[in-house]
Order: sequence, then C-alpha cells, then structure tokens
Amino acid sequence: MGLEWMVLALIGYMVVAALIAVEASDLLSSVIALGAAGFGLSIINLLLGAPDLALTQVVVEIISVVLLVRVVLTRRDTSVQTHRGALRTAVVMLGGGLILAAAFFAFGGLTGGAGPEAVPPFGQPVLVHKAGDPVPPGAAAAYVEGAVKQTGSANAVMAIVLDYRGYDTMGEAAIIFIAIMGVYTILRRVGRSKPHAPPGKEQTP
Amino acid sequence: MSERRTGMTSIVMNTTKLVTGLIAVFGIYIALTGHISPGGGFAGGVILAAAGVLVVLAFGGKFSQRLVTESHTHVWDAAGAAGFLVVGLCGYFTGGFFMNFVPLGKVHKLFSGGMIPLSNLAILVKVGAGLLGAFLALSAFRPTSGPLHKPDMES
Repeated sequence: MGLEWMVLALIGYMVVAALIAVEASDLLSSVIALGAAGFGLSIINLLLGAPDLALTQVVVEIISVVLLVRVVLTRRDTSVQTHRGALRTAVVMLGGGLILAAAFFAFGGLTGGAGPEAVPPFGQPVLVHKAGDPVPPGAAAAYVEGAVKQTGSANAVMAIVLDYRGYDTMGEAAIIFIAIMGVYTILRRVGRSKPHAPPGKEQTP
Repeated sequence: MSERRTGMTSIVMNTTKLVTGLIAVFGIYIALTGHISPGGGFAGGVILAAAGVLVVLAFGGKFSQRLVTESHTHVWDAAGAAGFLVVGLCGYFTGGFFMNFVPLGKVHKLFSGGMIPLSNLAILVKVGAGLLGAFLALSAFRPTSGPLHKPDMES
C-alpha cells in the first residue's frame, strides 16, 4: 500500500509541475518545471521496478532541459505571449482526464479484468506472471522463462529489446535517425540563399 | 560576457576538464554492460552526448569547432545506424533477420549475450553522435530573417 501512496504523491507533484510549465509566463520557469515533471516520472519508473527506463528517462531529461535552456536563454526576448482562458484549459484537461479514466476502468483497471485485452492489476506487470492471475500468460511468460537460456543476456529487458524484438528496435532507431536528419535539414546553413542579397546575386541552390 | 572570451568562467572550465572524461567513460560503460545490468545503448549514448554538450557549453562554440563539428556527427550518426543494420543483416545471412549469430557465452560475463553488446555499441555511437549533432545544430543556429531575427543577437 505504501508504494501506491508514494506513486500517487509523485503523480500529484508531476501534475503541479506540468500546470506550472503550461501556465508560467517566463519561458525559463516553464523549462525548469518541465524538467521537474520528467524527474518525477523517472522516480515513478524506479519505484515500479523499471531501472532501465528510469535511467534513460533521467539522462534524456537532463539533455532536454540543458538544450531547452540553451535555446530559450539565447532567444529570451522572442517569447510570445498568448492568453488562454483558464476556463477553457480546465474544461479540456478535465475532459481528457475523464476519457482516460473511463477507458482505464472499462478495461478493468484497478481490479484486473478478464480476457487478453484487459489491463493487469496495478503494480503487477505483465512480465511477472503468477499462477492465479486473471490475465493469461502470452509471449511475455515465454520471454521471461527463456531469456537467459536463449539469449545469454542477464538483463531480460535488453534480451527482449535487442534480441526477441530487434526488428522493432531497428524501427525506433530509424525514427531517431529521421528526426535528427530533420533537425539538420531545417537548421542547415549550407545551401541557403542570403536573405537580404540584391536580386541577381542570389545563390541558386 | 565579453565578445573576445568564449565560454564560461575558469571554475566551470577546470571542473569540466576534470569530469568530462569520467562522464564519457561512464556512458560507454553503461552501453557495454547493458546486457548485464540496467542501462543499454540509448542511455549510454545520451550520457556520451551529455559529455560533449558539457564541453561545448563550458568552452564555447569557437573552441569546440576544432574538436567536433556537425559534419563529424553526421558521419558517426550514419555509421551507427549502418552498424545496427549490419548486425541485423549478419543475422539474416545466418538464419533470420536479427537472429543471434554470435556464440552466447557465459551469462553475467562481459562477452555474453551474443549480438546484444554489438547492437548496444552501434546504438551508443548512433544516439551519442545524433544528439550531439542536434545540440550543435540548435546552439549554432541564428535566425537570419523572419520574426525571430534580431541583429544584435550575436552572443
């Protein structure tokens, strides 16, 4: 029971940090609040027994906060002030939360429903399967039992990510590759024509 | 900060000199032992990129231009992606796509897990170079026209 209260407290902390990130008038405050929310998520991952994910989350948060601070601080004077109605924000957030909660309970959220599409009970991941669980063991049980013998990797997460599901991981790597190529393409300086050059002297790309 | 000196104060520079190597080695360690302990190529690559970001921030863009430029990170990014594909294709020629083609070795040793350390190494290079390149591109970017353009924004 203590674990659930700790996770709930961290989720409340993350909600507060996300609200500050959305509503703060200063961009630097927004970035710092965003980083706080991400660190809360990484601690939740650690509490729920996912150290791989927690480690990745921490380092990605550090990098993204540093990058955003660098970007925001050099363009501090270009922050755009927009006015959102507080009522509209509240209605949108409440509606989204209610839809998510309805979906969670419709698939048997807290108690664990029947059938292969049901959400497993809280704090009981699919990979850890016990004898009397309502959710039947699928491929997950085979992965957990065969990981060490079949792949020789002591870390079951790496065995699944890079051996059983290596093809999916290649898709992820392709996504990162394409995203970074997009950054290079948008921010490139080579091949861009001079903005204030007189007509006739412009470089042809 | 004056125009002539790039980078931060000497305290930051000296601390950076001390810790950058440790951070980079830690990132490589996290990636290479991904099949034994929590971690993996992605987290290791991000830590490795963080070491590069630390150098760029502490010593300024002029200094880091001599060490690493965007064209270097392009090459290493593509090399990492190609290396991961080669690992998968080697499995293809020995049975199936992403088949584990290396002997499995002894569990809990460094050389175990077959192709998992190789994949982690490729992802380490790819993510590290990619994130550092994205940071270099973003930090060197100055808008030359449009609503974001400010003529006095050269820092």
